[in-house]
Amino acid sequence: MIEVRGLTKRYGAKTAVDDLTFSIEPGKVTGFLGPNGAGKTTTMRCILGLDYPDEGTVAVDGKSYHDLAYPMREVGALLDAKAVHGGRSARNHLLCLAQTNSLPKRRVAEVLELVGLTEVAGKRSKGFSLGMSQRLGIAGTLLGDPKVLMFDEPVNGLDPEGILWIRNLMRALAAEGRTVFVSSHLMAEMEHTADHLIVIGRGKLIADCTMSEFIAGSSGASVRVRTPSAAEFVRAVAAQGGTAVTEPDGSIEVRGMTTEQLGDLAFSEGIRLHELTTVRASLEEAFMELTASSVEYRADVPGAQQPSTTIGSGV
Amino acid sequence: MATITTSDTRLHTLPPATGRAGLRGALASEFTKLRSVRSTYWALAALLIVSIGVGALVMGGESGSLIHNPGNRAGFDGTQVSLIPFFEIGQLIIGVLGALTITSEYSTGMIRTSLTAMPRRGVVYAAKAIVFTCVTLVFTLITSFVAFFVGQAMVASTGEGASLFGNVKIPANAIFTGPGGPGSPPKVTLQGIDVITASTALRAVVGTALFVTLVALIAFGLGAIIRHTAGAIATVIGLMFIIPVVIQALPDNWRQDIMRFFPDAAGRVISVTVPGGGNQHLWSSWPQMLVTACYAVVLLAIGAYMFAKRDA
Repeated sequence: MIEVRGLTKRYGAKTAVDDLTFSIEPGKVTGFLGPNGAGKTTTMRCILGLDYPDEGTVAVDGKSYHDLAYPMREVGALLDAKAVHGGRSARNHLLCLAQTNSLPKRRVAEVLELVGLTEVAGKRSKGFSLGMSQRLGIAGTLLGDPKVLMFDEPVNGLDPEGILWIRNLMRALAAEGRTVFVSSHLMAEMEHTADHLIVIGRGKLIADCTMSEFIAGSSGASVRVRTPSAAEFVRAVAAQGGTAVTEPDGSIEVRGMTTEQLGDLAFSEGIRLHELTTVRASLEEAFMELTASSVEYRADVPGAQQPSTTIGSGV
Repeated sequence: MATITTSDTRLHTLPPATGRAGLRGALASEFTKLRSVRSTYWALAALLIVSIGVGALVMGGESGSLIHNPGNRAGFDGTQVSLIPFFEIGQLIIGVLGALTITSEYSTGMIRTSLTAMPRRGVVYAAKAIVFTCVTLVFTLITSFVAFFVGQAMVASTGEGASLFGNVKIPANAIFTGPGGPGSPPKVTLQGIDVITASTALRAVVGTALFVTLVALIAFGLGAIIRHTAGAIATVIGLMFIIPVVIQALPDNWRQDIMRFFPDAAGRVISVTVPGGGNQHLWSSWPQMLVTACYAVVLLAIGAYMFAKRDA
């Protein structure tokens, strides 16, 4: 459980994080989303006590990070996989971390085995690829068997295999009941990983909601229809109050009506349908929409089955 | 490489912990850090080789000079001469290591990983300083003693070498009595006797090691303040080498008043064994050493404050 209350951090005249309040619940993967420069890394640095907040507080299990008895047993954090002394072997790097928290030495071999770096344990890490560095960093986070894990942009620059590995690892860690807090500017990646989302832009909270709420909350939800009687169908949709746009590939994108309504409409009008598909707005689209507009966003999807969802800093 | 799934998690549950992470773990960690990078070995090897090697060369040269020009025997301070390369060049080598101990954490980004593992920064800083001081003290003492013994061995044939085990007598003055013939030294008469006691030589050898250790700590403190390797090393060189040269250029009455307040002076005083061989404008060995120690303590304290208070 991480609680951020009124966190504000300024670097000179620039306010990197502006009165940010949220909590991160255990047993979930919480995605921390925002464009580059939104303040994600700064927020994480404040949580870890690397940067001192100008205002506000951060608590990990009710305590300041500096007061945790054995920080590595509480929080495993990887902000930058390259934040290691490249002249030190993987084994010694992990050993010097384990020693600070009086963790048993055999733990080093265990986490190296877990991330698949046993064979290069004696090699200096400056020769490691980004993927290997990420694994080394993750091995470090697991040393203390922590309840909370934090990763900053963990899939940046990784190949598809590495991305899959991280994704599965995060899901496995959350399934074990751990709190997983992961930042990304890659919306598509979050879509596959996170249960809950915290979205920030320009240091301010934009959304704090579940993934499905976030996507449903965007007005991007639409229905794709293919029919040989396109013109007729567009007129019928318009008559029902929906908006239909004919795409260059001949399909029709309908907004404001559900697949059920459209299917019934086609049946009653005697129009043959070749495709009737709900197109979920991608996280990317939802995100672009949110950050482009104001901080407070009220979702209101006409005709949607679920009640409209309010997303915003007040939720 | 294998894909990790839940069933792949082979980690054992950790035994429950009591107490809290503190200095003991931090000391072990800092020692691991120091011994696990090559720069430590390079710096310590360079310290030994340069200090002892150059010391031996200088003393070899002195040996010839003492034989060919007996006048040089008067007031010959074999202890200091054997230690000059150590406290003049060796101090910079160990200073580089002192600065690197801190700055390499910043230049590599390791500091963020270190302080995430152990966020109590005062403990981290103290552990770093303690481990570095202990390792440095061991190696400066080894270097100092070896440089001394090797150096004295180089002049053993002249009988002017110093000793840690007994008093040595050297001529106090040389009086020029006439030019020598072609290819032979000038004629001199040696007068008086200076006694270099074993305890004086021991003080010089141990004291010089302490002086070099203090310089290393000055570099460590500057490393914590400046956080950049090149900047910290340049500042150490400025403090220990450039400022003394600048002071030499000042008018005598200014220079003589202020030179005792700079950290480099102690090395030139603590290594002296010949009575009256010191500089009358400097304090005696231990008070002068206290000046260097003050620099070290103040810079370490400022470094500690900045290490704790600044964003990492």
